[in-house]
Amino acid sequence: MTDLPMPQNPAAAQPAQKSSLLSQDDRTRRRNAAEKRFRSYGAAAIGLALAALVVLMITIISAGSGAFRQTYLSIPVALNAEQLDPEGNRDPAEMSKVLTLRYGSVLDSALAAAVENTGIQIEGLSDREIKGLISREAAAQVRNRVLADPELVGQTIELDVLVNGRVDGYFKGRVTMASAARDANTSPEQLMLADALAERGMLVTRFNWNFVTNPDASDQRPEAAGVGVAILGSLYMMLVVLFLAVPIGVAASIYLEEFAPKNRWTDIIEVNISNLAAVPSIVFGILGLAAFINFAGLPQSAPIVGGLVLTLMTLPTIIISTRAALKAVPPSIRDAALGVGASRMQSVFHHVLPLAMPGILTGTIIGLAQALGETAPLLLIGMVAFVREFPGAPPEGLFDPASALPVQVYNWTQRADPAFIERASGAIIVLLVFLLCMNLLAIWLRRRFERRW
Amino acid sequence: MKTAKFTVSALAIVAASAVAAQAREQIQISGSSTVLPYATIVAEAFGENTDYRTPVIESGGTGAGLQKFCEGVGTNTIDIANASRQIREGELAACQGNGVTEIMEVRIGYDGIVFASSANGPDFAFTPADWFNALSAKVVVDGAVADNSATNWSQVNPDLPDQEILAFVPGTKHGTREVFEEKVILAGCEESGALEVFTAELGEDAAHEACMTLRTDGRAVDIDGDYTETLARIDSSPNGIGVFGLAFYENNTDKLSVGTISGVTPSTETIASGEYPVSRPLFIYVKKAHFEQVDGLKEFVEFFVSDDLAGPDGPLAEYGLVSDPELADIQAAVADETVMQ
Repeated sequence: MTDLPMPQNPAAAQPAQKSSLLSQDDRTRRRNAAEKRFRSYGAAAIGLALAALVVLMITIISAGSGAFRQTYLSIPVALNAEQLDPEGNRDPAEMSKVLTLRYGSVLDSALAAAVENTGIQIEGLSDREIKGLISREAAAQVRNRVLADPELVGQTIELDVLVNGRVDGYFKGRVTMASAARDANTSPEQLMLADALAERGMLVTRFNWNFVTNPDASDQRPEAAGVGVAILGSLYMMLVVLFLAVPIGVAASIYLEEFAPKNRWTDIIEVNISNLAAVPSIVFGILGLAAFINFAGLPQSAPIVGGLVLTLMTLPTIIISTRAALKAVPPSIRDAALGVGASRMQSVFHHVLPLAMPGILTGTIIGLAQALGETAPLLLIGMVAFVREFPGAPPEGLFDPASALPVQVYNWTQRADPAFIERASGAIIVLLVFLLCMNLLAIWLRRRFERRW
Repeated sequence: MKTAKFTVSALAIVAASAVAAQAREQIQISGSSTVLPYATIVAEAFGENTDYRTPVIESGGTGAGLQKFCEGVGTNTIDIANASRQIREGELAACQGNGVTEIMEVRIGYDGIVFASSANGPDFAFTPADWFNALSAKVVVDGAVADNSATNWSQVNPDLPDQEILAFVPGTKHGTREVFEEKVILAGCEESGALEVFTAELGEDAAHEACMTLRTDGRAVDIDGDYTETLARIDSSPNGIGVFGLAFYENNTDKLSVGTISGVTPSTETIASGEYPVSRPLFIYVKKAHFEQVDGLKEFVEFFVSDDLAGPDGPLAEYGLVSDPELADIQAAVADETVMQ
């Protein structure tokens, strides 16, 4: 079919020649410029996001890394028998009547003696400032040690005690001589004493595992606070979510995707599931309070209730991602299985589900990671609380009060003592590490089990 | 079949929950964020020094705490409500309606409310009348009620520094707000003579109301969060003056400088002697009905008000609580399990 009229006039052929490969016409140039602009917008967007991330990480790490180091003072403590065991019979039951306050005074005299022995002379240093050097946690530490081994009474033991949060802050650069001069809780003289003790090697700042293992502490002892209970609480909740949301979510999606008839009812259910995925999490908290605590009578502040609430919150995410994973398995696999005589259930459980597994696992882990960082629903079920007692081992431990990592961050940002701000950032780092591990696991599982056709 | 196993174990967990609703080993406390630090100090010492478990303490404000407290009696309700003000008639009625009848009111001490500005700014010497004239919606100008148009502290009182008026006051859900309104704004209203003018124009009830209504043009900012939020606001706008609890201020003396009221500097001593006017009692409300059901509840309350903790040399006083001069009476009332009438 070459009956197109050939151009007769060479002048008329001129525009066709213009769009040669060598010289671009206006329109092509405009199109190319638009593409370049679009690419630079994209690069700028990514650059902006990266810059924000870098600023965030730098802020958190610079504020929070201090929580992983802590200053300790090692001093000899003479355990005065008259004060600690007034009856003199070394009976732990009798001795437990002596409160930590009495141990505090034993420590005070030990500290005064230790400072005197070193021969440090600082002008204007008061007894109160010497006493204030160590943490109030130290008294509990000595008491526990003595009650565990009553024979220690009357001896002199070498002890590593935490120092006060302000002095600790001085070694981490949070407190300066200038701020100490205005501060009612420390003084430049106290910091000079701390400096002198550090020179003699009695005061050392070292890595602080206790931050990860200790429970929360009261406002008077920020130096002793840790995220132990919160980690355990978060772990328990994740266990509950894993054991409830995964089976229920996967079963629901298999039924909806493979067995359910496609009619108005399943359409309504589908719309509802998508809707639930976008419901604000606080709504699930209100539901949890009404259904699990007020109606079912479950205890307050317990990881089981937190886990149940987070299960409700995570279910839609898991169902949606599982259905997508099931949909992605080619129909030919099902047809082949049915063709060789498998029942529909066999075709699903032997062929479709294993192939959809990587997608299901990824969706599940992303749902869990989302649940791990959730605070709002926990507010209403009493988990945003000061919890110092470790919950027991599961399953009973699921009913003991516990805290959660994001809750711990929230709690610490409300405390008066500035040392808690460092702790809060430290807890954020721990939470980020957990999330990173979960996401890496998701990527690894996807790589490991992925099938290609 | 794995799915079936999972489902069975999941059901087992749910079924196990039915067992958990009897006696409780751990005390549960909720309420005022002002009382929270004191409660955590006592709880920590209680857990350390006794064989009982450390109580669990939530914060969230006096009103929210008392609401939870009044939900009913039983181990899935809280045992103690922390309060930075006395329980109201309506709350008491709600309690009684839900069967919470035997309530013990325990005063744990006094707390001062202080006015602090950025440590880098000028010092302030306030009177309650200054606060009223600076923050109330209606003031008296030349003997007549007028809208408050003051923009600068020096317009309110020539002795105050020439600084823009910007105050961060606790939001209405805090018990501190009520004390601020009554002991500062209302007192200032009376002191400045504005109350008489208001009463003449509006009648007695409306006059009190008019005194305590704060201006809404952005000079008085309600802070619904905690004192840490107020502190952060002062960091970002150094002209602001914040309302804090004494204990919070004492923990942050390096960042804040405190204003005097009628020439008195707030401290535990001036509050205990009654010289510093803006203080209020702090309470814990205890359900007597839970003494049987919750391990160590009575021991905890006794421990809270013991001389070792709540006394003038105890850790609570060290943190900023003003010890109650009538502590011995309160200890006796707790020992006798005296309930509110």
